[in-house]
Parts: sequence; C-alpha cells; structure tokens
Amino acid sequence: MHDKTIAELSAALAKGECSSVELTEHFLKRIESLDGGLNSFVTVTREQALAQAKEADARRASGEAGPLTGVPMAHKDIFCTQGVKTTCGSKMLNNFIAPYDATVVERFKAAGSPMLGKTNMDEFAMGSSNETSFHGPVKNPWDAERVPGGSSGGSAAAVAARLTPSATGTDTGGSIRQPAALCGISGLKPTYGRVSRWGMIAFASSLDQAGPMAASAEDCALLANAMSGFDARDSTSIERPVEDFTARLGEPLKGLRIGLPREFFGEGMDAGVAKAVEAAVEEYKKLGAVVKDVGLPNSGLSVPAYYVVAPAECSSNLARFDGVRYGYRCEDPRDLMDLYTRSRGEGFGAEVKRRIMLGTYALSAGYFDAYYLKAQKIRRLIADDFRKAFDEVDVILGPTSPSTAFKLGEKADDPVTMYLSDIYTIAVNLAGLPGMSIPAGQSEGLPVGLQLIGNYFDEARLLGVAHQYQLVTDWHRRIPEGFA
Amino acid sequence: MSLSHDDVRKIAHLARLAVSEADVEVYARNLSGILDFVEQMEAVDTDHVAPMAHPQDTAQRLRDDVVAEGDQRERFQALAPAVDAGLYLVPKVIE
Repeated sequence: MHDKTIAELSAALAKGECSSVELTEHFLKRIESLDGGLNSFVTVTREQALAQAKEADARRASGEAGPLTGVPMAHKDIFCTQGVKTTCGSKMLNNFIAPYDATVVERFKAAGSPMLGKTNMDEFAMGSSNETSFHGPVKNPWDAERVPGGSSGGSAAAVAARLTPSATGTDTGGSIRQPAALCGISGLKPTYGRVSRWGMIAFASSLDQAGPMAASAEDCALLANAMSGFDARDSTSIERPVEDFTARLGEPLKGLRIGLPREFFGEGMDAGVAKAVEAAVEEYKKLGAVVKDVGLPNSGLSVPAYYVVAPAECSSNLARFDGVRYGYRCEDPRDLMDLYTRSRGEGFGAEVKRRIMLGTYALSAGYFDAYYLKAQKIRRLIADDFRKAFDEVDVILGPTSPSTAFKLGEKADDPVTMYLSDIYTIAVNLAGLPGMSIPAGQSEGLPVGLQLIGNYFDEARLLGVAHQYQLVTDWHRRIPEGFA
Repeated sequence: MSLSHDDVRKIAHLARLAVSEADVEVYARNLSGILDFVEQMEAVDTDHVAPMAHPQDTAQRLRDDVVAEGDQRERFQALAPAVDAGLYLVPKVIE
C-alpha cells in the first residue's frame, strides 16, 4: 500500500479495498519498524491517528469523503498541534505542548487526514542538512551516511522512505525544495501569502511559507488544495480566491515556454546534477515545450541578501523566547537578566544563536540602512529580474540544489559553505514566487531535484508542468532500497 | 568586516544570549566570515530602488477594534515554567 500515491490510496479507500484504519495502521507499523535508523519522526501520535482514521471511515461511510479523507500524513514539528508536543527541533521548546492547532493543521483535520506524527527538522527551520536539530540528525533513506537536506529533512526522508504518503513542510530559503531534491520526492513552495502562517512557529516572517511534500506533483496539488487560502489570523495572508490546483494537471505542454536562467547553469553545479537537469530539459522538449535562455542577473546576490533579511527577522521573532511564559527555563536564575540570557543561551543551539546574533547586529543602531534596508532593496532587484523573465516565459527551470545529498558533517563546520547549498532556491523566497522540486534522475545512486519556478499565483500551471513530466518518467516512483 | 571579541559580547548582550568565553572566539570568527560574505551587496547601486517588504506590496490589513479572543489565561499559563495565582513568576526585580 505504501508504494501508492495519495490519489491512488484515495481511490482504494473509495472502492472499499481498504479502510483508513488499516491504512493508518500500515504506516504506523512502517514508522515503528523502519524509522529507527532514519530519525525522521520526533513524535508518533498512534492513538490520535487511529481515532482520526476511525472518524474518517465513518465519514466515508456516510458519503462525505473528500480526496484526503482517511489518507494519513505527517506534520513538520514547526506546526502547532493542540495537545501534542511541538518542539520546532529545539531544546527551547522540547517541553512545549501546543495549546492550539496551526491553521494548516486545522485544515487537514477538517479534510479528514489522520496525523501519524511530527517530523524532525533543523532547529527553528535554520539549516540545510537537518543537522541542527536538538533531536539529532535525520539520515537520508538513499544513503544513511548522507543528510536528507533541510530544514524539512524529517518530512522529506519520511516521504521518501514511504513512512507516510505525505508531510507538510515550510520553506524560508529552500527548506521544502532542497530536502525534496536530496530525498527524491516532490515538494511545492506556494506563492508567499497563499498558505496561512498562523500557528507555524515563525523564523523569518517575510519569507516563511508552508507547502506540501509528497511522492508526486498530483499529490502536492491535492494537499495544496486543502492547505491554501486566506486566513484573517495571518496579517500577510493574501485575500484572493484559491483555484483548484488539480485543474491544469492534464494540460498538454505543447508551446509551453520554459526559461533556463543562465546564472543557474554556470560553474558550481555538480556534473551529475547538470546531466540530469539537461536530460529533463530534453524530456520537456519532447513534450512540446519551447526552451529559451533568460537572465536573472541579480540572483547571485540572493544568498548574501537572504543572510541579512532572514537573521534580522529571526532575531526579532525569537525574542519571544524569554524563559518566562513558555519553553525552556534555566536552573536557579540569579536575577531576571540571568534568567533571560541563560535560558536563551542554553535553550538555543549554535546555528540559531549565530543567526540571532547576526540579525541583532544587522538591526542594531547605525547598521539598519547598510544591512536590512540594503537587502530589502536587493530583494526588489531580484523580484524585478523574475518579472522581466516572466514576460518572456511561462515557467523557469533549473537545478534545485548544486549537488546531490552530501555527507553528514561535511559542511557542518563552515556556515557560509552550508548557506551556499541553497544558492538556487533562495531567490524564489526573496521574490515571493512559487517554486517546486521534483525528482529528475539520479547521480551515483542519489536523487537529483529539478526546480520549476512559476509566476505569482501560478501554482496550478506549475503543478501541471511537473505532472506532465511525471506521466512520462518514473523517478517519483523510485523507492530507496530497504524501504520498498 | 571583522568583529572583535568585545563586539561579540555586546551583540550577545543585546540579544540576551549567554555566551561562554570559549565561544566568543568562535562566534567572532563565524560572524565575521558571514559579514564578509554579505558585503557583496555593497557592489550594487541601490540608491533609487524602493525596499521590498512584501512581494505583493500589500499594506498591513486592519481589523475592527473589537474583542476577538476570549480569556485563556489558565490554558496558556499551564505552559509556563513558574506561575502563582495567575501571575508569571520571575526572580525578584525590585528590592
């Protein structure tokens, strides 16, 4: 059952070939027997999952089932889940039981999707390898010596190993797309403002966006339908009706204009990745697409600008963790200042502290114009590059990550080297555009991700472009050895 | 941009982070390295570029000034490290 997509599982439930309780039990057993070596889950909610599955079966019996009803899933541990531990990968929140559900969680509950558990992640979503998690690193199911990517590394590994049909992720600088690429699954980062940030623990509020991770683009479309839409509780949520994201899955690609950004195909990309991406481009040409070069001249500045904007917003957002109202508190504080500084110093890990300090510095008196304001201006230049490109093409295509999954510890000592692993994804967040990663080939047995970038609110087309490729290829069907 | 040990101590204080003396050296090196990297931004002329805060350039949405949330003090205080009689407990601030 676990080799099936959500669409197929939903059809099996509709035909009565299995019940949601059976399906949920099947995935729970897989988590119990196979996750030991992966560490992709931090909490398994067995009882809740089975209770929700039972409800879903009842709902189906009464004829009120939607496409996700009864199909279980997992949530990244960044989403607040009422009554369930929500740690955000941090010691700071290791004792935090969320008092409410995030909007995203609420919507999946309403859709009838049982929650199998919460997935591991880089601490406060700050990382590209899942090595900054307080719960320990996640292993890549394709090679246990390698990272799954991050920050949604647990979600990506769990889906790749088929421990869950899907999982939620969040993407601030590539945190859905990069792990999806490194684990060989599909993941969508919607347009900024499409999916509510309410109840999603904040990292960099002007960039954070939640999205679906699953085997196929079609599954991502079904999940995006459930999670998207205006939410008054998120002040940057977009007031705009959501179309049916599955509507354009069947659209032929004849005449589709695909842009290849010159800046994404230069040096810095591994030969194996380049080869797979070039093969995908050929596949698209066979499907009738027209390919042309486009320029994103300012994209080289995206990583530097990001490492001002994201840390600045992180230092502001994480100021809320004070050891007073919730979360970790140090032992025997001498006075209030000692309580603040030691609770934060002991509760946060090294990378989080590094970013808080970087952001604090960038926002400190006298430096605002030189750093944050400058970075926001560069954001505009990057967004303008994309606008110009989308005058000429319908979608932009390139690699998701410059390499396949790297080894655990390989980049852990040098922050800048680690930051550069998101070199192709970050510009999309700065511009606020939708982006996807889909599996497109392998290099030395490791998955390669193909990135598709769409214009604002063009997710339906993006998903269609991905789906058409998946109709003629089977990379999204490949399951790592030992998990088949 | 090279941060001194004193710069790091000052930033850590502003950020309310306890940093051990041994770590000051590591942060000074790491943060200086990141700031050097970030300085690439200076090469671009942005004098006539408007800063971008939201991709759709939308303004902050306002809601009616009415009570929308009920009192949930007990529920939220259940998560606190130390409370007494509905109040959060912290070390003595005023002698």
